[in-house]
Formats: sequence, structure tokens, C-alpha cells
Amino acid sequence: MEQRNSGYGFEKAMMKLLLVITLLCMTSVAQAVSTGAPQELKDLYFGETLYYAFQEEWFEAISLLDTELAQHRGLDQPELDSLYVHLGLAEFAVGDFELAYRMHRRAGRAITEVINGDVPHDVRNEAIYRLATIYYHKDQPLNALYALERIEEPVSQGLRADLDFLRGQVLMANGRHSEAVGVLLPLQDEVGMKGFAGYNLGIAMIQDGRLEEGRGYLDQVGQLKSDDPVEIALKDRANLYLGDKLLQERAFEKAKRVFDRVRLDGPFSSQALLKSGWADASLDFYDRALVPWTLLLEREVTDSSVQDALLAAPYAYGKLGVYSKAALLYGAALEAFSREIGRLDESIRLIREGRFLETLAREELQQDASWVVRLRELPDTPETYYLLELMASHDFQESLHNYLDLDQLRRRLETWRDDLDAYDELIARRKAYYDPLLPAIDARFRELDSLMRLRLEQRERIERRFEAMLVAPRPDYLATAEERVITDRLEEASAALLLTGQPVPADVEARIRRIKGLLSWRLQVGYDARLTETFTHLEALDRDVEELRQSYSTFVRVRQAATQSYQGYGDDIRRQRMRIGAALGELEELQLRQGHLIEIMAVNELTRRRERLEEFQVKARFAMADSYDRAVRAGAEERVK
Amino acid sequence: MNKISVMLLFCITFLLTVPVGTVSGAAAPNGQIKGLDEQVQEIKGDVLAIAAELNQLEERLLFPSHTQISMFLSLAANEQFRLDSVEIKLDGKPVAHHLYSFKELEALRMGGVQRLYTGNVKIGEHAVEVSYAGLSAEGEELRETQQFRIQKDERPGIFDINLARHSISLQDW
Repeated sequence: MEQRNSGYGFEKAMMKLLLVITLLCMTSVAQAVSTGAPQELKDLYFGETLYYAFQEEWFEAISLLDTELAQHRGLDQPELDSLYVHLGLAEFAVGDFELAYRMHRRAGRAITEVINGDVPHDVRNEAIYRLATIYYHKDQPLNALYALERIEEPVSQGLRADLDFLRGQVLMANGRHSEAVGVLLPLQDEVGMKGFAGYNLGIAMIQDGRLEEGRGYLDQVGQLKSDDPVEIALKDRANLYLGDKLLQERAFEKAKRVFDRVRLDGPFSSQALLKSGWADASLDFYDRALVPWTLLLEREVTDSSVQDALLAAPYAYGKLGVYSKAALLYGAALEAFSREIGRLDESIRLIREGRFLETLAREELQQDASWVVRLRELPDTPETYYLLELMASHDFQESLHNYLDLDQLRRRLETWRDDLDAYDELIARRKAYYDPLLPAIDARFRELDSLMRLRLEQRERIERRFEAMLVAPRPDYLATAEERVITDRLEEASAALLLTGQPVPADVEARIRRIKGLLSWRLQVGYDARLTETFTHLEALDRDVEELRQSYSTFVRVRQAATQSYQGYGDDIRRQRMRIGAALGELEELQLRQGHLIEIMAVNELTRRRERLEEFQVKARFAMADSYDRAVRAGAEERVK
Repeated sequence: MNKISVMLLFCITFLLTVPVGTVSGAAAPNGQIKGLDEQVQEIKGDVLAIAAELNQLEERLLFPSHTQISMFLSLAANEQFRLDSVEIKLDGKPVAHHLYSFKELEALRMGGVQRLYTGNVKIGEHAVEVSYAGLSAEGEELRETQQFRIQKDERPGIFDINLARHSISLQDW
């Protein structure tokens, strides 16, 4: 077998298995998101949703985008809103984010809306591709196929290879292997598909009955030269698959060569070592079979292949006639099986006590890419290595993600419930502050308001007079207060003289006329200057009035804000509290059920492994007894000889 | 070709072909898993709806439009310097300070916009001071500070602070 590092260890291999497979799956949905930032961002709030989406914080991204879209749709003239430019992208992004947040049903609806909407041809094709991907993810291959049939040519260059690869996968999932071959064949040389297309093509051909050709493609993948961890894992997987096929076809020599291509430090090395040994054993080369099986005996005993090897190695020694060694190894296997059954019992107990779920929900573990491995290091947690295969399975990953999402949602709801209490207190404080102040403020405001209205009316009157003077000059309108007093006094004096019934003395009448004439002369001569001055004053007054108006509207706004800061929230808060309470109740029940399901999956898996070990125990006991008998008989025969 | 999507599709097939059928098959009925999954999706939708309404309620209650001011932060296109921290002072008082994680920085580089501050100010003119610290691609320490005057009117104040390697700009939206 290929050995890249002589100091390999089981833990290292396990770590790789997790990193390459499990973690890829855990992050798969997140990475599936392809919404990018627009060339030129016109809406900062949309940019904010992208900020969260790029960090894979889907809840924030979706809730902000939902709010934005709802506000946009509620506008009278949405085309004037800054989101309008990005509307297509935003609607697409909702589905994208919902898909990443594993809300496939809503994502499907959102994407379907895009498909049925008035969107450009390429956008529609991209949306159909994503919808088909959702169906494929959700194990609905027929729906995925129907979706793909709606793709219309021409398909953009950027989508073509992805689309064909998906089509190939979907056809395979529908059992239409022959068609899948036709789709996957041209993808062999596609950049970035090194090995992926070949692996699927090989499997599709084998499923289609084209065994020789299929094996050829798998063989090519099995000899890939690459440093990419995923491609190397793919290469190992191809070798394992091909080796199994060859074993089934009893081509043991070829099978062994293929199994030996699997890396010793890779995630599939234990399976490959075991099967390589069986290929030798099938040819009765038991001494050769002992080489991989002995290697396996040095590995972590929780590995299923290692447990197989615990029985296989003494079996080979027995076949080679080394019965005493076989008996010793069977004895060691029995001890190991008993010990592991004890560990499994303890693990099952811990899971039933809820320790497994508690550990899975620990936040610090979720921040770490190797969290599954670190689980094992924690006290009072079940033996994680027995759960690796289960934890790598799609069902478990979906259930675990749901459980963690529910846990996060529960915390959010609890925080919001506390927030609502804080809002209530805030509103009560505002009310306590404003309620005593507002009546006095309102009374004073009413006084000022009537005064202001009066002044505004005066100003309006002045303006009307001014405009009239521009048409028909009225110098008397521009008299000063002193001049008006003098005019009034002259009129009074004239009237008083008339009331005496005596003729007015000529000198007095002349003096009155002179003074009136003087006043009239001053008004006529100074009229233009006074008119200009009045205009300047009117402008200054306008500025003051404008300032007054602004202060007035600021006051009205602040007054309104003061009221709005504590009035009209009661119903909203009560409704939200009820909704949060209802959601919390539902969510807690759902989380319990989801957690219970995870525990059942884990316990079932451990029970399965336990039952397997019990079977192995029985086999080992009989085989050990048989080996001892044979060893004793052989010893006796030896002595006779 | 998008290698990641190929890897993901492969991964799904891969898991389906990895010999774990006995595990998931025996562990829990598929219908039960799907049924729960659909209920989880439903409740996610409910909580998202609550979040959207709470966002609006919170905004009305805490940040009325005539006093609301929001400062967003973005990076200039193709900027590769490492942003470590940003501080905003409003009328001389520090109102926001943020230390950047790797994920946050990547999100900014990809074109995301961070809402760094939302608060309340009076209508009128205000002084804003923006400072940032970071490291250039060549390892040079970067420190920039810039003062701005902003005008707040009756509408919500929305400002975009754009950072480049040697400059800070502020735009009223």
C-alpha cells in the first residue's frame, strides 16, 4: 500500500476522515451559496445582509433581507427606493440564504418565484439549477430531473459544466445510468473536475453493465496524482470501490493491487488493509494476508475493520497451522471485545443520560473544525469513534444541524422575551417622565401658538399692503409712529376748532396747513427710501418667520415623538410576547423530539456495534477452544513423532 | 468550473455510497427524520417572522427616524490590507469600537457592509471622527484618522464610511 508517512496513526486517519468527509458535509450547504456582492452597491442595508451572509450567519442575513424586502414592497413608488436596483439579486439571495439555512421548502418557493417571474434567461437557468440542486439534496431525484428539463438553451459558459455534472448525478440517482454516462463523458477534461467526473462515470458505467469500461475509469481515478486532500480521498474511495468489485468478480490478484493503492494514512486505509488481506486469503496466501492484518492489529480497536482483523489474523495463523499463536490471538481478541462491549455499554448509558446532546450543543466545540475528534477528549461523553460513521451520515448531519439550529433559536427567543421586559420598563419610565410634564408644556404651547398665529396674520396683512403699494403708492402707510401721532393731533385740533362754532383764526389754520404740508412733503419725498426700507424689513421678518415656523414644527415633532415614545406599543409588545411564548413552547418540544431522535440514532448505532462484538465474542470463544484443541493435538502428534 | 459545488455534489453521492446504510436505515425511520425536518423549517420561518417584526418595533422604539443615525462601514474595492480595528467618535465621544475577526474581514473584502453604529442625535451639524488600525500586505502598520462634519436632518441619517489603505471617506446616503 502507498505509505506517505511512516508515523501515521489511527487518530490522524480519523482526523482526515472527518475533515475530508464529515466537515465537508457540515459546511456543504454554506458553501453552496453563490450570491455575491453587486458591482456597485446602491443599498447599504442590502450590503449589510451580504455582510452576514458572507459570514454564514444565515438567520441575521435572512431576517434583515426579509425586513428590507417587506419595506420595499410596501412603498408607493418602489422604483425610487435604493433597493430597486438590486431587487432581482435580493430576491435570488433570499432563496439562496434560505437554502443555506436548510429551509429547503421556503428556498424552493422563493426560487420558483424567480423562475416564474420576469427574469433574464441566464438568471432563470441559474435558478432552475439551484432548484434542482435542492431536490437532489433532499433526496427527490425525480423532481430534480423535472426541474432540469426546464433548462433552456443556450446555457451560460459559467453554468454549463456544473449543470451537466448535476444532471449526471441526478440521472444516476434516477437509475438512468446509460444517459448519465452520455452526460458525464464530456466532462472528463473539465478544469476543476479532476477525478470527480471520472469517479461518477465509472460507477454509472458499472451500474449500466459496461463493467470493463467502468473499471477503466475508476482505475484512472485510482491513479490520480494530486495534493488536494479531497481528490486524494476520492482516489482512495475509487480504489476501494474498484477493489470491492474485483473481489466480487473473484479477481483476487487485481483486487489486491488496487487495495494496495489506498494510502496507509488515509481515512479508508483500514478497510483497504482488511480487504487486501482477504484478497490474499482467498488465494490461500495466508502468510501474505497476515501482513495487512497484523498492521491493523496495531490500530484503534474501535475501528470496525480492526475488530474484523482481530478474528482474521488468528484465522490465518490457524490456516498456517500455527495453532498456539492463533489461540493466543483469539484470547487477546476476546479480551478486547469484552473491554469494548463495556465501553459501549458505558457510552449508551451516557447518551441516555443526555450527555451526548449536552456535548454536541457546546458552542466552543462548534467553533473548531476538529470538534468531533475533540468530543472524545471530554469527560463523561460517549465513545465518539464508534459514532463516526453515523456522524458522517446525511441523516445524522441533518438532524444534528436541526438540533443546533433549534438550540440557537431557543436562545434568541429567550433573549427577545427579556428584551420585551426591558422595553416595557423603558416605556413605563418614559411615561412616568413625560406624563406630569406634558400638560404644562401643552398649555404654554397653546399660548405661544395663538400668539404666533396672531403675528403671522399681522405679517400677512403687511405683505398685502406692501403689494398694494407697489400698484398704487400710499405714502401714509409708511408714516412713522411720530408722524402718525402728529397727524392725529392735527386732525383732533382741526375738529376741536370746528366744534367751537367760531371761525378758525387764519394764522392757526395756516399753521395747521403748513404742518400738514410739511408732513405730506416728508412722506412724498422719503417714499421710495421708506418703501425700500420696508421691503428689507419684510425680508428680515420673513427670515424670522421661517425660523419660527421651523421651531414650531420641531416642537410639534418632538412633542409628537414624546408621546410616540411610550404610547401605542402595548398591543405590539403583548402580541410579540404571545408569539414568542408560543414559538418557545413549540420549539422546546421540537428540540426534545429532535434530540431524542439523535440519541436513538446514536444508541442504535452503538447497539448494532455491540451486537456485532457479541457475535465476534461467540466466534472467538469457539475458535479459541478449537485452536487450543488443535494446538494440543499437534503437540501430542509432535511428541509421538 | 465551480470546484466547490462539484465537491459538494460528489460528497452527497459519496455519503450515499459509503457503507453506512445499515446505520441510518436502522437508526431512525426516514419518515420521522423528514417529518421533524419539515417542522423545524416551519418554526424557523415563524421565528424569522418574529425577528422581522421585532426589528421594526425596536427601530421605532429605540431609534425614531428624526433622531436616528446609522454608520455603515465598507472597504474600498480590491483592498487587501488587514483591518484590525475601527473606532468612531461622534461629537467627541466614542460611540463604536470594533475588532475584526478573520470572517468579518473576509465578509468586508467580499463587498459586505457592516452596520457599525446606530444611535440617536439631534437635528443639526455633528462632528464625526473615524480611526482605523491595520496592517498592509507588506507588513506595514497602518493607522489613519479622519474628521468629518455631518448634517442630520429630519430623515434617518445614513452614512457610509469607506476605508482604503491610506484614506477614509464618509458619504451621506
